[in-house]
Amino acid sequence: MMNLLLRALARVAAGIAAPVVPPLVLAVLVAAGLVMPPATWASDAEIRLEPAPIDVRDAASLQAGARTFVNYCLNCHSASLMRYNRLRDIGLTEQQIKDNLLFTADKVGEMMTIAMTSKDAADWFGPAPDLSLIARSRGADWLWSYFRGYYRDPASPTGWNNTVFPGVGMPHVLWRLQGDRVLKQEVVRDAAGREAKDSHGNVMKTAKFESVKAGTLSPAEYDTVVRDLVNFMTWMAEPNQMLRKQVGIWVILFLAILVALSYVLYKEYWKDVH
Amino acid sequence: MAATEKQPVTGAGPFNGILTWVDERFPLMATLKSHLTEYYAPKNFNFWYYFGSLALLVLVLQIATGLFLTMNYKPDATVAFASVEYIMRDVSWGWLIRYMHSTGASAFFVCVYLHMFRALLYGSYRKPRELLWIIGMLIFLCLMAEAFFGYLLPWGQMSYWGAQVIVNLFDAIPIIGPDLAIWIRGDYVVSDATLNRFFAFHVIAIPFALAGLVAAHLLALHEVGSNNPDGIEIKKSKDPKTGIPLDGIPFHPYYTVKDIFGVSVFMLVFAIVVFFAPEFGGYFLEYNNFVAADPLRTPLHIAPVWYFTPYYSILRSFTINFFWVDAKVWGVIAMGASTMIFFLLPWLDRSPAKSIRYRGPIYKTALALFVMCFLILGYLGTQPVSEGKTLIAQICTAIYFLFFALMPWYTAIDKCRPEPERVTK
Repeated sequence: MMNLLLRALARVAAGIAAPVVPPLVLAVLVAAGLVMPPATWASDAEIRLEPAPIDVRDAASLQAGARTFVNYCLNCHSASLMRYNRLRDIGLTEQQIKDNLLFTADKVGEMMTIAMTSKDAADWFGPAPDLSLIARSRGADWLWSYFRGYYRDPASPTGWNNTVFPGVGMPHVLWRLQGDRVLKQEVVRDAAGREAKDSHGNVMKTAKFESVKAGTLSPAEYDTVVRDLVNFMTWMAEPNQMLRKQVGIWVILFLAILVALSYVLYKEYWKDVH
Repeated sequence: MAATEKQPVTGAGPFNGILTWVDERFPLMATLKSHLTEYYAPKNFNFWYYFGSLALLVLVLQIATGLFLTMNYKPDATVAFASVEYIMRDVSWGWLIRYMHSTGASAFFVCVYLHMFRALLYGSYRKPRELLWIIGMLIFLCLMAEAFFGYLLPWGQMSYWGAQVIVNLFDAIPIIGPDLAIWIRGDYVVSDATLNRFFAFHVIAIPFALAGLVAAHLLALHEVGSNNPDGIEIKKSKDPKTGIPLDGIPFHPYYTVKDIFGVSVFMLVFAIVVFFAPEFGGYFLEYNNFVAADPLRTPLHIAPVWYFTPYYSILRSFTINFFWVDAKVWGVIAMGASTMIFFLLPWLDRSPAKSIRYRGPIYKTALALFVMCFLILGYLGTQPVSEGKTLIAQICTAIYFLFFALMPWYTAIDKCRPEPERVTK
């Protein structure tokens, strides 16, 4: 990174008027992994998240995710910034929403709230955060890894723990689907049989889950349920995201033409300078 | 000049009658001439000269989008967070207006930082442009205040705790500090009262000041004339008959068409961010700010938005109590000084040449080091502290201040090349 900075600065110091657009440079640096995005959940620094295999354009997956969300999440957690009738955007009719998803509200124009107050929740078992924007604050990869990171832990008050969220307060709500698993950790050894250590001097361990009791779904089916759920939560965090990108393409095409035309205009006027 | 002495407007268009009528009652043609058609700008402006007009564009963009956001935003701690999401979800094209405003905030700082860097490259703050530079610095301070006040409004965790951290800095001021902090917040912690007053500052006081200062900045610029990449005065070589600078060209149409091209490229890049990466990897919209403010839950890691991180790093780099004064106080003093010190630039620089093109190797090295330290400090400000990072921040902070403190000495001994008589390509 130092090298790159130095080279970039050498150019700048020389006064080279390259049309470098700083945001793009930063984007490239971030993409190349040379600059870390700002840390938000510092405790997650050591956890490797798996990329979530989601696609917010997949309406069938979003609908399946909505069903899972309403059935399993929307009892303790609200999505109070989300309106039921927004689900029309993922291909459901108002009647379908009313018949299948409207458990906690009377009208489709209402928000996805719950009856439990946050104070009651805190008194009974701890805070249950609103999930409207959780995919934007935590990220889809975190959610994907989280729902696949639950294991049995007799030391925890709920009997459950999570590799992504150690000491998690919520028990494994999807446990009937996934079944019971335990975590097997093994110390990583190098070729000479010594314990391998990471750059911070921590002993490196591999995490492996072992099924104790099978769930009603196969691991592959469970992954599909989780993928659809994460997909839905990602869509719900910004329901306009598809529209945003669609509009964006047209705006950029328009602006590209404007850049070309304004460049020609500029060159035409400047012919008589120099 | 009395109105009766004015000549009728004789343009090619069909509006001469109306224009003449207005011109008899308002200095219309005189203003257009002195600021556009007969304002002579050096013909050798390069890439770096786009960012002044772009900053002005972003200001207009922020005021226009801000106006529409205000129509639906509620500055009330109980509903502020939800009202922003209401704009994002339920208001027609609200998401676009909001992303334009949030991206615009970062774009404003990109433009202003590059605009200021241009001044460092070509000595644009030097005599006779000292006041122009000072007005520009006041704009920069207002911009920082505007961004700081505005960042509280979404009422997310970072909004809340960022404001808490910054307002608590005033606590460090001896004797009056604690009372001053309460006076600023209007409460013992950042609360609804704070949100309301920050909103008032963000939408009325600071934008007014900004608009006035920008007008003053342009008037001062047109009084002394623009600098250029060669750092020489084009007014020194004038056509003896017309009195027009030989290297000057009328701002309109030459620089208006050139700036239209610059604006188009800028809008293209801006649109790419707005439509495809509005969070910009957590740099423009911090992930933690999608969590509603919770006064009872302090985030593990509080970082300001990227444009404040260099100063935040400087603040954090003071870890030892010097002379019986608390490290925090030194940090606050250093952070304040790191922005204020720019005001002194016109008097710190003793180089015979203005432009980096004719300056010696010492200034080039010093500027490169300074920019490098600024960027490293900016990066470190986004990261959680560690011993090694603090040490790097301390070294960079030292270089940051030495760039200014040693400037009178190193610019005086630097071996400059002679400046040309006329501008080069």
